[in-house]
Amino acid sequence: MNIVVLVKQVPDSGSERRLRDDDYTVDRESASNIINEMDEYAIEEALRLREAYGGEVTILTMGPARSVESIRKALSMGPDKAVHVQDDALAGSCALGTSRALAAAIRTLSPDLVLAGAESTDGRVQAMPHMLAERLGFAALTGARKLTVQDGTLTVERQTEEGYEVVTAATPAVVSVWDTINEPRYPNFKGIMEAKKKPVTTLGLAELGLAAGEVGSAGATSTVLAARNRPERQGGTKITDEGAGGTKLVEFLASEKFV
Amino acid sequence: MAEVLVAVEHAGETPKKVTLELLTLARSLGEPSAVVLGGPGDTEKLVDRLGEYGAVRVYAAEHEDLDGYLVAPKATVLAGLVRSINPAAVLLPSTQEGKEIAGRLAVKLDNGLLTDVVDLAADGTATQPVFAGSVIVTAKVTKGLPLVTVRPNSVTPSQAPVAPMVSTVEVELTDADRLVRVVERRAEQKGTRPELTEASVVVAGGRGVGSAENFALVEELADLLGGAVGASRAATDSGYYPHQFQVGQTGKTVSPQLYIALGISGAIQHRAGMQTSRTIVAVNKDAEAPIFELADFGVVGDLFTVVPQVVEEIRKRK
Repeated sequence: MNIVVLVKQVPDSGSERRLRDDDYTVDRESASNIINEMDEYAIEEALRLREAYGGEVTILTMGPARSVESIRKALSMGPDKAVHVQDDALAGSCALGTSRALAAAIRTLSPDLVLAGAESTDGRVQAMPHMLAERLGFAALTGARKLTVQDGTLTVERQTEEGYEVVTAATPAVVSVWDTINEPRYPNFKGIMEAKKKPVTTLGLAELGLAAGEVGSAGATSTVLAARNRPERQGGTKITDEGAGGTKLVEFLASEKFV
Repeated sequence: MAEVLVAVEHAGETPKKVTLELLTLARSLGEPSAVVLGGPGDTEKLVDRLGEYGAVRVYAAEHEDLDGYLVAPKATVLAGLVRSINPAAVLLPSTQEGKEIAGRLAVKLDNGLLTDVVDLAADGTATQPVFAGSVIVTAKVTKGLPLVTVRPNSVTPSQAPVAPMVSTVEVELTDADRLVRVVERRAEQKGTRPELTEASVVVAGGRGVGSAENFALVEELADLLGGAVGASRAATDSGYYPHQFQVGQTGKTVSPQLYIALGISGAIQHRAGMQTSRTIVAVNKDAEAPIFELADFGVVGDLFTVVPQVVEEIRKRK
């Protein structure tokens, strides 16, 4: 089974994140950039499927040149190779433009399965798996907490607002995973050394058969008009419980008309 | 007045609260039309309530495949409807399914998409919190009509009763819409508590709660306040509470009127999921816990003595 895993480099959600002042895109220069956490679970799931059924695991990343750090890190977990979609004309792509470029890259790889994290910690749009499925004519099974494969049929147990549901589809498919699906492995020294030699193919717009006006800020279908920092929340009253802490808390709730 | 389409999300026989919020928002933009995408007979059960909140028209798209297959059929039907009536805007809830339908719709119509919107002006300018609410942006769709998903609890639902005109929508699907079949659906929600993202009160427990059994205390306070129960990642990862109740960067984003954090230290990833709550109350043993930096009222103390006292005091006042 040939598997493509989508990996996105994002600013660390544990550090301060900001938008650029000029074009309101994510400021990737000032941030510490890491692999989107959910994507590590997608990589782990791909490696487990390769161990069970054979085949090849390809990392697919779209992003600026520095994303290669995350690509090497992803490869150090064990995937075979990577494709880096990179072109200056891709900067400022909206979700539609991103899905257009990723779909074109996926077509060059003809995978049985595309695995992705359920959401990225920067955009949190959660729509990419379905956008890709729509473009590629693949099935989309999202939010998996369990994935099983049998004779080309995928069965996914997925989290819903109300509980969970079990869904099935044939390959080719896009499956997105939550962090409940597995425990990602840590890269070992051998993995890190090998990752340096694994092939990383860079694809630009020409190789993908895309025109500059279809992607990037030129092809963006939405625009940010203004951005401002939300005023920092100020802490209010803090008391130390000396026997009546609970009562005082209720008095506060009553003063705010919650009880 | 131009029609504004609202995709109805419903639980059983009632529209979800977010649907009523979307209808309320739609009234400020044009004439609300609710679209029911469901199984046979669903519209009939929902139509009265949709009318109470101002749905001038209700489009009934009913087909067993809309329930039996994931997302794609709903997007196909909605895209057909958008093409035929050319509405002023399309509003969907910013839930997992709402965002997924919207994503497919954006591709089908080659139309811009804005998600996690908290306000939408009549000229199509949308307000969105990004980076967990630390930055607020205003944005606009520049290609096509305003296609937005709106976050639950962003609008206060208000009634504006009308008698809706019901139109049946022809559901035409292809094999490409039937790729993912639903085999089994199981509810795990406990009792009659409100849904986490919709609740006006959320009581959440963290590592400090210490065990799954002790979460009964969190539940007791939540029930007393008519609220939902949430949990930090530390609590769900430790198995104290089911994963779907996780609040934070890797879980749900909530924005209730009141958020009570019990035994939650308030790591940045947790704050990401709750810092836009109107009032925040915290109980924690550690006086230095970062949760106190955003709490309107904080008690430094043992939650196992403070919370029972809170419960007793509220009961006394009832």
